[in-house]
Amino acid sequence: MKQYLISLYQPDGPGRPDPEALGRIMRDVYAIRDELKAQGAWVFAGGLHDASTATVVRVRNGETLITDGPFAEGKEHIGGFTILRAPDLDAALEWGRRYAAATTLPVEVRPFREEGPS
Amino acid sequence: MPTATNAQIEQIFREHYGRAVAVLTRSFGSIDAAEEAVQDAFSTALERWPATGLPPSPAGWIITTARNRAIDRARREASRADRHLAATLLDTPDVESQEHAVRDDHLRLIFTCCHPALATSAQIALTLRLLGGLTTAEIARAFLVPEATMAQRIVRAKGKIRDAGIPYRIPPEDQLPLRLRAVRATLYLIFNEGHSASETSQLIRTELCDEAIRLARLLALLMPDDAESWGLLALLLLIDARRASRVGADGCLVILSEQDRSLWDRVKIAEGQTIVRECLEANQPGPYQIQAAINAVHSDALFTGAIDWPQILVLYNQLITFEPTPVVALNRAVAVAEVEGPGAALILVDELQLGEYRMFHAIRADLLRRLDRRSEAVAAYEAAIALTKTDAERAFLQRRAAEVK
Repeated sequence: MKQYLISLYQPDGPGRPDPEALGRIMRDVYAIRDELKAQGAWVFAGGLHDASTATVVRVRNGETLITDGPFAEGKEHIGGFTILRAPDLDAALEWGRRYAAATTLPVEVRPFREEGPS
Repeated sequence: MPTATNAQIEQIFREHYGRAVAVLTRSFGSIDAAEEAVQDAFSTALERWPATGLPPSPAGWIITTARNRAIDRARREASRADRHLAATLLDTPDVESQEHAVRDDHLRLIFTCCHPALATSAQIALTLRLLGGLTTAEIARAFLVPEATMAQRIVRAKGKIRDAGIPYRIPPEDQLPLRLRAVRATLYLIFNEGHSASETSQLIRTELCDEAIRLARLLALLMPDDAESWGLLALLLLIDARRASRVGADGCLVILSEQDRSLWDRVKIAEGQTIVRECLEANQPGPYQIQAAINAVHSDALFTGAIDWPQILVLYNQLITFEPTPVVALNRAVAVAEVEGPGAALILVDELQLGEYRMFHAIRADLLRRLDRRSEAVAAYEAAIALTKTDAERAFLQRRAAEVK
């Protein structure tokens, strides 16, 4: 089994769904998570605060440099992610499709370099 | 036994390359290992065949030899992973002779090369490399990029297949229509790349057309119930049949209605038209089949001496329900011009948002020319000339523009 990172990309700033829609989205997302767990495919998941809360840390010549984040400029940033186990990319893409459908957000599916402990 | 020259051996390997890589990728679980093994078999063939002559079944010989070379290599190198590979290989039953197994392997490789997770440019490069057996240098020449760039594109695509875990399998029934569409689109792009030839690289690009037709034929034979794959093959054959008449002796593009029909390839037309008729009987229409039918009607001019434009318009009306795109609307307008006149067509063309597309300006220019709106026609020809990339097309447009002035 390979492990995949499923990242949800969220537009920055306002334009978030209203509380009722958000509730529906979260219900759908938890339903997918329950299914992943039932199949033994779930590894980890988390939702993140706004990208404006991010901080970037660098070390240059032994000195620590702290700056306001996020690291990458852009109009969208990772808003949450799931790590899951899947037999191949097609299976991982199917989970990705379901997250994209539930959240209406674009989803990036990326393989882990090494197989993690199962 | 006939002896074999190096050129013949190369030709045979090129012909059977895709099949061999497809079968061996399944046994080895790695495209790179399969390619390496076929390369080893090629070296062996170059040593032996000139003396011994061709084996009775070169395809079978290539696969068996490649597998044996891979086992030798694994034993010699004797790392743990390779020993495991050698064990796998020895355990693999000899399935080469089973046609259905080869068919499935061939399809696995096609669907892997055309997986939607790969960029279109990578799909094209992999398809030509792994299925077509073209060298990286040949593919680079055909796409006018440096060889190193093409090599990197192929390495990266194979890396993604391996690391992201793109499966080596025929997609399940529910995904098959979508995945087949991607395969057909890739083959069509390969053909178009060859078709829109610039003279500087004429030869290799002709080869792209031939290769696209060969692969479209392979796809149709592997998926015999898929009418659209037959439609694609018919479309490519019918367009390619006019290859010799598309560019005049002066290097100038010749438009369809002015082509020397005696140069058309009657064998390709006959095959294309037969497939179109069979598709009609199968009655599962789709965009490739309709485009093939349009080209079949054009080809009929060879026998009737005239183009049946009302029939072509009927077909475009069907096509646009499948593909309601501005480009299809533009091509439909060409048929409208013939049936209802250039004025009616120009009204349709002027509604389209296709300012970046050279054919939009070229067709608009032609309609304006026929309506005797000369200065507007010249401006439209100039817009088309600015966007065109091939010398033949530029020569044609410049001549037309000069005639109108």
